[in-house]
Amino acid sequence: MSKSFSPHWTFGAFREGVIATLPLMPGLFAFGIAFGTVAARKGFSLFEAEVMSAFVFAGVAQLIVVDAWPQELTAATIFAAATVTFVICSRFLLIGASMRPLLVSLPAVQVYPFMHFVIEPPWLLALRYQRNGGNDPGFIFGSAATCWVVWVVSIAPGFWLGATADPHRFGLDMVMPAFFTAMMVSLWPGPRRAIGWIVAGGAAILSDQLFGGFWYVVIGALAGSLVGGLTDD
Amino acid sequence: MIERDPFGYIMVIFAMTVAVYLTRAGGYWLMGRVTIGPRVRRVFDALPGAIIAATVAPLLLRGGVSALCAVVAAGLAMIFVRRDFAAVIVGVAVAAAVRAAGL
Repeated sequence: MSKSFSPHWTFGAFREGVIATLPLMPGLFAFGIAFGTVAARKGFSLFEAEVMSAFVFAGVAQLIVVDAWPQELTAATIFAAATVTFVICSRFLLIGASMRPLLVSLPAVQVYPFMHFVIEPPWLLALRYQRNGGNDPGFIFGSAATCWVVWVVSIAPGFWLGATADPHRFGLDMVMPAFFTAMMVSLWPGPRRAIGWIVAGGAAILSDQLFGGFWYVVIGALAGSLVGGLTDD
Repeated sequence: MIERDPFGYIMVIFAMTVAVYLTRAGGYWLMGRVTIGPRVRRVFDALPGAIIAATVAPLLLRGGVSALCAVVAAGLAMIFVRRDFAAVIVGVAVAAAVRAAGL
């Protein structure tokens, strides 16, 4: 990200984005600790775990690839790791598409490096920010930068702990669903357009039951947005 | 334990980084190549909520009673308190409490 050369975003909004992200730090931190723990258990060095977290920056994909690390690395297993990552992260295609209106005023040389930092929390916070009338991309830059720093820092304590509190027992696996639910309350579009949400949830459950894997997010989101968008007339 | 193969490790990280970057930049890039009419615009407006609903619904089904209680509690907390953090804390606490109660 370049500094203040561009008139299109401001550090005021960047700061606002950082502050809006602070409440999510404990959840992100807990997730990072979980990944650090798994990486330590699988025999990675702290440096290796940190490099992966900094470059891939996708917790679920990292957890799955590290957990299923093969005995022997071949070109085929490397391709498989890339494919699994692409499928798990395919929701970012939709998220990136929906961020077009916020970022389109910026030069590509700023937008494309930034896209590396796209994850759900900054996107969700930016949606609400836009809904409340904000249009400064500095907001999402600040939020994404905060998440990245927290993510990279959080790997170390998890790694050193080696084993953490049982996430299921302490409800830590509910951090993301609870956060998503809070966001749904913020994004409530009124009963009429909420039909799309019901379709999205139903289609996701159906495809989860039928196909398994990670496609349910994509299938549910496409079905829900088509129905929600076209019943708006 | 893992075969100590630094080159292979670097290749995996590189492959994952490219794959995830394609998803992050690909959707944005594609939207710049396609002209959007009002109908498509509305579909995209409906997209964020649909992604969230599609992510949460199967988790609810899989997570059972404790997940359902956690999500309902988080939703109520958000409606009344209007703070993400409060909603997350309430959701996590309710899940832990329901599981401690053995449900």
